[in-house]
Amino acid sequence: MSQQDQPAADQRPAIATRTMDIVVALVILVLGAIVVYDSHRLGSSWGDDGPQSGYFPFYIGILLCLSSVGTLIQTLRAGVAPDEGFATREQLKLVLTVLVPALVYVLCVQYVGIYLASAAYIAVFMVWLGKYPWWKSLAIGIGVTVSLFFMFEVWFKVPLFKGTLDPLSFLGY
Amino acid sequence: MLELSALFHGFAVVLSPYNLVLMMVGIVLGVIIGVLPGLGGANGVAILLPLTFTMPPTSAIIMLSCIYWGALFGGAITSILFNIPGEPWSVATTFDGYPLAQQGRAGEALTASFTSSFVGALVAVIMITFLAPLVAGFALKFGPPEFFAVYLLTFCSFIGMGKGSAFKTLASMMLGFALAAVGMDNVTGKLRLIFGFTDLMRGFDFLIAVIGLFGIGEILLSMEEGLSFTGKSAKMNMKVVLETWKKLPRYWMTSVRSSLIGIWMGITPGGATPASFMSYGVAKRMSPNGKNFGKGELEGVIAPETAAHAAGTSALLPMLALGIPGSPTAAVLLGGLLIWGLQPGPLLFVEQKDFVWGLIASMYLGNIAGLIVVLTCVPFFAAILRVPFSIIAPIIIVICAIGAYTVHGAMLDIWFMMMFGVVGYAFKKLDYPLAPLVLALVLGDRAEDSFRQSMLISQGSPAIFMSNWLVGGITSLAIVLLVWPLVSRGLAMLRARAT
Repeated sequence: MSQQDQPAADQRPAIATRTMDIVVALVILVLGAIVVYDSHRLGSSWGDDGPQSGYFPFYIGILLCLSSVGTLIQTLRAGVAPDEGFATREQLKLVLTVLVPALVYVLCVQYVGIYLASAAYIAVFMVWLGKYPWWKSLAIGIGVTVSLFFMFEVWFKVPLFKGTLDPLSFLGY
Repeated sequence: MLELSALFHGFAVVLSPYNLVLMMVGIVLGVIIGVLPGLGGANGVAILLPLTFTMPPTSAIIMLSCIYWGALFGGAITSILFNIPGEPWSVATTFDGYPLAQQGRAGEALTASFTSSFVGALVAVIMITFLAPLVAGFALKFGPPEFFAVYLLTFCSFIGMGKGSAFKTLASMMLGFALAAVGMDNVTGKLRLIFGFTDLMRGFDFLIAVIGLFGIGEILLSMEEGLSFTGKSAKMNMKVVLETWKKLPRYWMTSVRSSLIGIWMGITPGGATPASFMSYGVAKRMSPNGKNFGKGELEGVIAPETAAHAAGTSALLPMLALGIPGSPTAAVLLGGLLIWGLQPGPLLFVEQKDFVWGLIASMYLGNIAGLIVVLTCVPFFAAILRVPFSIIAPIIIVICAIGAYTVHGAMLDIWFMMMFGVVGYAFKKLDYPLAPLVLALVLGDRAEDSFRQSMLISQGSPAIFMSNWLVGGITSLAIVLLVWPLVSRGLAMLRARAT
């Protein structure tokens, strides 16, 4: 991270590490509680034929909760330290510019399948973030996808997801 | 010399044209994976694993392990030329590698790094050749309590030897175990932790976790740093290589020391990354040129690279001999064994001689091939990194998605991969270690099985883990490792009070 002399608004931490630490520890606590609850429901003790299904996960859940409480205590006792923060606004923005299109991409895969979604995703990403001319981006997107098609579908005979709408069904794969 | 004849048999297995081609393909793919940000040894192997489902297991493991060697080599290229560690274990290589490149001595640094990687791997493979059969023979005596004690030892050493918060290591590990428990209980047939979602019945596959945590998580992290790749160019020719080789014997002591550190950290689940840092630190302290470290000292490249490769290679020893992987990549290879229908564990050495010795022989040949490939093709691999991030990033995400899909042919797994990606990003930033999570996810079911079987033998008494000298010894060692941070902190406090 490059700290300028006068930190711009974008350089300030958007989230403190401490906050994030607490949030993650709480999530882990909840997960631990879920594991303990479900293991208890399945039976966490000794049945007629030996240990029941929840016997082992029950203790895993307990340890998960303990580790979370440990982290919480450590974080709270450490106090508010002037650290560089979990991520600055600028960083968060950059991460989201990758994450959000990636999520949209997965959503598209769900409907139109891996091939069409990938070609579109690579092309759009290049135009949008790389500022490439659209014809170049489209060529690379389609080129990569076609080579993937040959590698998986034709050579290794591993079928990839065609999407619920299956727009490429006319190709016969 | 039973091992030697077995080894020659292994060479005979490897030296078929089909296997040699796969070996070269593996090495080249591995170096590319090692060079690219977001693709590393563990998730690279995980993504390519589905392509090997139809291959004979021996050929499959040869190709996948060669990808691993390639990735180990590849990490050094980006560290030295671009000051960007392509892999976590090559961070220490940037300290002296990049300054050397800035001085125009990139060729020298690369040659030294590749050669010492090779030396580290070679020492580790020789160690595996002779030690692994012994360990496996010894482990044939193990029953369920002993196996559980070894699992305990593995996981306790993560907590005891980890650098960060012990609670975070524990949390990451237990999360792995909890995820492993999701789905059908293979003993009673009951459904666990699925809360009515039938899609969860299959459970979480660790390959998906590896691709998400390491692949997507890494892409998010490198995006955050706003990477711009501006690298030094390397002039590599026979003259530079030979001249560097002439200098290397001078540092034999560093090589020996680093190899030993690497082997130790690889067998215990420390892994290649801490091994490289530790070896760099030790070399800095012991070397007469220690004060020049960080300014471009050849020894500062040799030490971490030797150790990283020795550790990466010897991580396969516990995987082969005991069925317990020493690193995330070894864990992925272990997952491969299960998929190809092989039962990991000490019996592998008895029942699958072709497979085991073919793999060990391919380690020798793979590293020689790797050394030749990287020494001759550096400019080509460096050119890959000059491809702008806005082209590479979406392509890597697409490859990760395809990798996640092909594991089970399930669309839902791509969503899980994205979820693991976000988790990986957050965990990395908050210093939660990822390796314990992956290892727990891989070993979860087997650890639980051996725990249950032990409990059945003893009718529910944990005293079985102390019942004889063997299991008692392993368990005690595990407990010592577990409480070691507390002990050392206590000692430090006492010492502080005394002064």
